[in-house]
Amino acid sequence: MARQRPINEKSASVRIATAGEDLVRVEDLRKHFPIQTGFLATLLNRGNIPTVKAVDGVSFTIRRGEVFGLAGESGSGKSTIGRLVLNLYEPTSGRVLFDGIDLSSLPEEEMRRMRARMQIVFQDPLASLNPRMPLGQAIEHPAQIHMPEFTAADRRKQVLEMFHAVGMNPPEAFYDLFPHQISGGQRQRVVLARALVTFPEFIVADEPIAMADVSVRAVLLDLMMKMKEEFDLTYLFITHDLATAKYVCNRIAILYLGKLCEMGPLNEVYGNSAHPYTHALLEAVPVPDPSLRRTEAMPAGEIPNAINPPSGCHFHPRCPLATAICSVEEPLWREIRPEHFVACHHAEELLK
Amino acid sequence: MPDDILYSIRNLTVEYKTRAGAVRAVDDVSLDIRRGEILGLVGESGCGKSTLGKALMRLHDGPASITGGELVFDGRNLMNLSLREMPDIRGAEIGMVFQDPMTSLNPVQRILDHLTETIQTHEPETSIATARTRADELVERLGIRHERLKEYPHQMSGGMRQRVMISLALALRAKLVIADEPTTSLDVIVEAKFLDLLKELQKEFGLTILLITHNIGVVAEVADRVAVMYAAKMVEVGTVQDVFADAKHPYTQGLLKSVPNIKLDSGDLYKMGGQPPSLLHPPSGCRFHPRCPFVMDICSVQEPAFEPVIGDHLASCWLYQKAVAEKTTGKQEIRHG
Repeated sequence: MARQRPINEKSASVRIATAGEDLVRVEDLRKHFPIQTGFLATLLNRGNIPTVKAVDGVSFTIRRGEVFGLAGESGSGKSTIGRLVLNLYEPTSGRVLFDGIDLSSLPEEEMRRMRARMQIVFQDPLASLNPRMPLGQAIEHPAQIHMPEFTAADRRKQVLEMFHAVGMNPPEAFYDLFPHQISGGQRQRVVLARALVTFPEFIVADEPIAMADVSVRAVLLDLMMKMKEEFDLTYLFITHDLATAKYVCNRIAILYLGKLCEMGPLNEVYGNSAHPYTHALLEAVPVPDPSLRRTEAMPAGEIPNAINPPSGCHFHPRCPLATAICSVEEPLWREIRPEHFVACHHAEELLK
Repeated sequence: MPDDILYSIRNLTVEYKTRAGAVRAVDDVSLDIRRGEILGLVGESGCGKSTLGKALMRLHDGPASITGGELVFDGRNLMNLSLREMPDIRGAEIGMVFQDPMTSLNPVQRILDHLTETIQTHEPETSIATARTRADELVERLGIRHERLKEYPHQMSGGMRQRVMISLALALRAKLVIADEPTTSLDVIVEAKFLDLLKELQKEFGLTILLITHNIGVVAEVADRVAVMYAAKMVEVGTVQDVFADAKHPYTQGLLKSVPNIKLDSGDLYKMGGQPPSLLHPPSGCRFHPRCPFVMDICSVQEPAFEPVIGDHLASCWLYQKAVAEKTTGKQEIRHG
């Protein structure tokens, strides 16, 4: 049985959608960041300021109760999408629907209340915690903002329960400690506890275990999955590590230079990758088994500059399957097998 | 020293002076680096692997100092050299590649000048023209077009910068390259290509590489042998085949089981209890004993020796120590009797 948000008569009503329904719907989302240039250049180029197309026309849905993975190399736009989904950035165009509500249409006050239902966990827990705020207070802070109907004593009880939930026992021993007094793994537990204290439905986890030590990563992943069951959560799991994604994600989307190149159920994408980029990424992951060393050659070059992305398919200059059409025409986003989407002119060749 | 060993590290201890007392970041570590091999050195953050890497060039400074041990490189004990003689070894005979190439390269110096400066510092008789030709040939071999030698570090991508770092080590034909987390700041595809390059250089130049990393997958991908450190101690050394197929030390066993494997179909990751200890107050006996699933009485009392388990496969664990093994076989004999 999942934990429920404690309710008292003044609590705001929370809409409850059922599992499997769309919780987050992202429609043709774009985020173009203007490039900082000198004053004179801005004056001369009025209305024509160059931009970095960090996210360029991305659509997907996240179903309630699933772990949706978003993977790509650095600069692919995955973290920008994470922030756009929570309305922490204003999109250049396109929209994000959360539980059917267009977030950009919400007045500020309603958006603020909406934030109780969505939280984010960042990569670096030390940077996410105020070094001068005791851990207990850090966890209590969101509850103070979002659950004003509760008394201080109730909130303290709630915070102690959160410590317990993330495996920091005895809770009282941690309440007054500061972030520098605990280990990196414990810090990430505190960040998770803080995200959970308002009983959100949706958590964006942006590389949540990338900073942790190898022996601690598996423990943190396991904790996140336990919390998912206990708190009935939906995750957007942002990662560059396809091996880790394999252990947690139900569906995954692969991002390259601000565009999706492939999306589908995890086993389908990993087992029958239809995009040459996905294929290369999967091959590149180092395998902890010397008898399974990679033999395949890697694509040429590195991820290009997002200010001037290549024409047509962004991946064509590095693609082993590229033909004339790839540099001219952008491939359509199409469903190549049930639930399995890809943007590639030559997807069929890889599936053979 | 047998001729196939390039670098023999014996009982090395490195200490950091802190306000809370001396911390031994490397504690009585012995390790052989063989000629022409890629030796992977793995461990978690704070286990002392980077400190060990720096100590091999006697690069420590400030609060750190080598307080014991021998560093026998190519027949010479580097501990007997004066610090003024060390720069002849550094760069020329032992090269180093760090995690972040941007902080290792001079931002206001062109790539070409990095290379010619390195060559001319160590070989002052080389003319600038010869140095340039050598730089050209070298970077071309490493997959950088020679026109790019005119560029500054910030104009290159992360992968390219890391290739420049390797070229600096190769410019003087270093016998040993110590690569400390060389691929950690790179994306997977770039990382894979860099690892391919390391393997090629190992073959072509007969290069010996000490690859320090926390990424077990990287070691499995390129290394010939692997050394595992835990809390400033060496806990296991063996060929990658032996260690990955049949790890002896419980820490190595747990570590290998907790690493995600993209090629495996199912199975949960192993969740190792606890966390690495503080080196200010390391646990008594075997440092892994508070986290060890096979802990015995002796483990918290006495430190196990680092010795061969089978052939070339060394571990420091009471499960395999001869003294204990004899006792157990002794008991069995009594039972049979």
